[in-house]
Amino acid sequence: MAFVTPETAKPEYDVVVIGSGAGGGQTAYTLCMEGAKVLMLEAGRNYDPAKETPMFQTTRDAPLRGVSTPDKPFGFHDATVDGGWTVPGEPYVSDSSDPRREFKWWRSRMLGGRTNHYGRITLRNGPYDFKPHSRDGHGFDWPLNYEDLAPYYDKVEMLIGVHGENDGLENTPNSSPGVLLPAPKPRIGELLLQQRAKRLGIPVIASHRAVLTQRLDHENLPRKLHPGNPKAQRILAADMQKRAACFWATPCGRGCSIRANHQSTTVQIPPALATGNLDILTDAMAREITHDDTGKATGVTYIDRTTGRDRHVRGRIVVLAASACESVRLLLNSKSTRFPHGLANSSGLVGKYIMDTVGTSVGGQIPLLESLPPLNEDGTSGMHLYSPWWLYQQQLAGKLDFARGYHIELNLGRSMPNATTFGGMEKFTRGSYGRQFKEDARRFYGSFISMAGRGEMIPNEDSFCEIDPEVKDKWGIPVLRFHWKWSDHEIRQAAHMRQTFCDIIREMGGTPRLAGSDDPRDFIARGGFIIHEVGGAIMGSDPRKSVTNQWGQTWDVKNVFLTDGAPFCSNADKNPTLTLMALAWRAADYMIDEMKKGNL
Amino acid sequence: MNIPEFPRIDRRTALKWMLTASASLALAPQLSLAQKVTTAFAGSGYGTDPDLLKSYNPGDFWPLTFTPAQRQVATALCDLIIPADSKSPSAAAVGVPDFIDEWISAPYPDQVADREIIVNGLQWIDAEAQTRFGIPFVNLILRQKRAICDEICFAETAKPEFEKPARFFARFRDLTAAGFYTTPEGMKDVGYIGNVPLATFDGPPRELIEKLGLA
Repeated sequence: MAFVTPETAKPEYDVVVIGSGAGGGQTAYTLCMEGAKVLMLEAGRNYDPAKETPMFQTTRDAPLRGVSTPDKPFGFHDATVDGGWTVPGEPYVSDSSDPRREFKWWRSRMLGGRTNHYGRITLRNGPYDFKPHSRDGHGFDWPLNYEDLAPYYDKVEMLIGVHGENDGLENTPNSSPGVLLPAPKPRIGELLLQQRAKRLGIPVIASHRAVLTQRLDHENLPRKLHPGNPKAQRILAADMQKRAACFWATPCGRGCSIRANHQSTTVQIPPALATGNLDILTDAMAREITHDDTGKATGVTYIDRTTGRDRHVRGRIVVLAASACESVRLLLNSKSTRFPHGLANSSGLVGKYIMDTVGTSVGGQIPLLESLPPLNEDGTSGMHLYSPWWLYQQQLAGKLDFARGYHIELNLGRSMPNATTFGGMEKFTRGSYGRQFKEDARRFYGSFISMAGRGEMIPNEDSFCEIDPEVKDKWGIPVLRFHWKWSDHEIRQAAHMRQTFCDIIREMGGTPRLAGSDDPRDFIARGGFIIHEVGGAIMGSDPRKSVTNQWGQTWDVKNVFLTDGAPFCSNADKNPTLTLMALAWRAADYMIDEMKKGNL
Repeated sequence: MNIPEFPRIDRRTALKWMLTASASLALAPQLSLAQKVTTAFAGSGYGTDPDLLKSYNPGDFWPLTFTPAQRQVATALCDLIIPADSKSPSAAAVGVPDFIDEWISAPYPDQVADREIIVNGLQWIDAEAQTRFGIPFVNLILRQKRAICDEICFAETAKPEFEKPARFFARFRDLTAAGFYTTPEGMKDVGYIGNVPLATFDGPPRELIEKLGLA
């Protein structure tokens, strides 16, 4: 294991990667397996899921029964360390105090970043998703096609382990044969929802999540992933044998000590370390990318959080994978006479076109699911079924009043009772208490479901970030100021979501549980709440209209790459993590080629 | 959706604080009062990096604050809402009053807001017992306790003068249920049988699938 300190780190590496999450983890993995010497900088502390994950703790073990608090916004046992929509000592600014115009920025400060707690939902973008502008005139086309990325989707899925089925639905691509792990069996409520949604013409199919429903095939996968590279194959085969299959208990959001789900700390970082090519420096907060007189990047200035001192490390290549907005911040803060508006910003587009995912949810009570016999429905802890977007043709024909689609995520079943499971039931119990309340709890347990929409946001001119001229964080680094606005496409999409979810609940014979405002401008989740923020350094084929090329390589500084969500030029409804890792692998392959050719 | 609270300071305060820190007050910046600086929670909770493996008890992170009188009323109410029956013990028997004390004593915004509702509600219900029956709530017999609680147990049908007490009762019932059903006894009561490692996940049994017409 090569965890280094500022003193023991080498003065220079082939590649310095800033960030250790999905982008940084995948980039470092690919580079190290191919022989490059890599230093990974992580702003937060070291984190070991094998030792730190609360695997069988119940909420009784946590303060306040584990509910969400400002210190732990996803609940006490959530894996996130030093993070959330706020980080101590690291403020940010909203240009507006109108909640509808605010953007809330999620960060975490730990090795592995947000991969330690994410939903592990791993959906591929489809062919339409790479050419949205050509299809409907909105937003931007990507400078690559689905076919360019498809082999990398296969690779990432084989590496991390994704369960699912190939359904062949429109713009919902199949994986290559043998790539997916078996889908888990649906829960009873999922089967009911599937039957009823079908009557409404809504498909409900096996979800795709990065959870090992069986152990990975360590005999064959390494060969497919690293052809002609016996060392990489050997390392990966050994590591795959250390990952256990899911034992169908404890929520993925806590992390996984048996390494049955994907987090960069359980999947990408261990084999990368085993190559001997990776050094990891935690508590290293990047401040600035440095460059020489020719405009080539020379390395990274970072703050050693343990001493508060500035340090510097040199790299032939610098990769920003600090998370979309953090990478934007780094570029904008790397100002010099040569780059007066920030590094790689000759287009003026760094910080522009920040996108999140459209979200809203509706709960319902389903009488058919009342008083069921005891069932263990923990499963993978996530959804076993979901609905991909199904109205592509109607949308293309102009029959909907919004341009892009959404998928539906399901949350139901007899999951472990928590502090809210039996809250707010009086509408159904007519205010019972005493013995009747206990009877009601037995009856209603497991009959509450909820659906969440996750939809595509079109990039717009009013959603961007820039450096605040005055406010600095505790390290003295200027902070971001956010501007945010949903367009009518997103607002109307959220309204469509709510209507659809109510229709499904009624078709199940149930009652929607709606609360609060009926105005979609209110029930659309606030900017940043779905934590799928991408963009800010969009890729394209024209240096005047984009920040990077199709490999995340900045047009202005050839040895600076972005492999987090920043280069996304659209944000399909599919959760971004899988696409981000496929792009990172592809970018790392390109870096290796360019280094071999002597271009970098 | 539970929308979390964001501690916010206005831009003027934030800048004042930061400028004081950097001792450069002479350079008063241009202020736009529409802008907001989002900062982290500054109270003394359990922090952003607590040990997740430990099992905690109420009082471990912040002192409990129920007075003996509040605790007595809270205990009586817990047992009225979730009494013992043939399947499981009462809420008070599994420590729910301690959990409610932990809750109303916590430094976080949601809990601080609940504190006022709960403390006032406990006081109200005791005063109501005195008014109606001339003795403290805890000394009432079940029928008398129910006479009071029947008036406030369902906000939708409660008389206007009981609007506030009904809101208190709804909150107290939610907290009692939160405390009770997260204990092993409460989980067993409703038939939760997970949180154990399994070799396979088999899905629902055939009979149930057929019974619901999903075969």
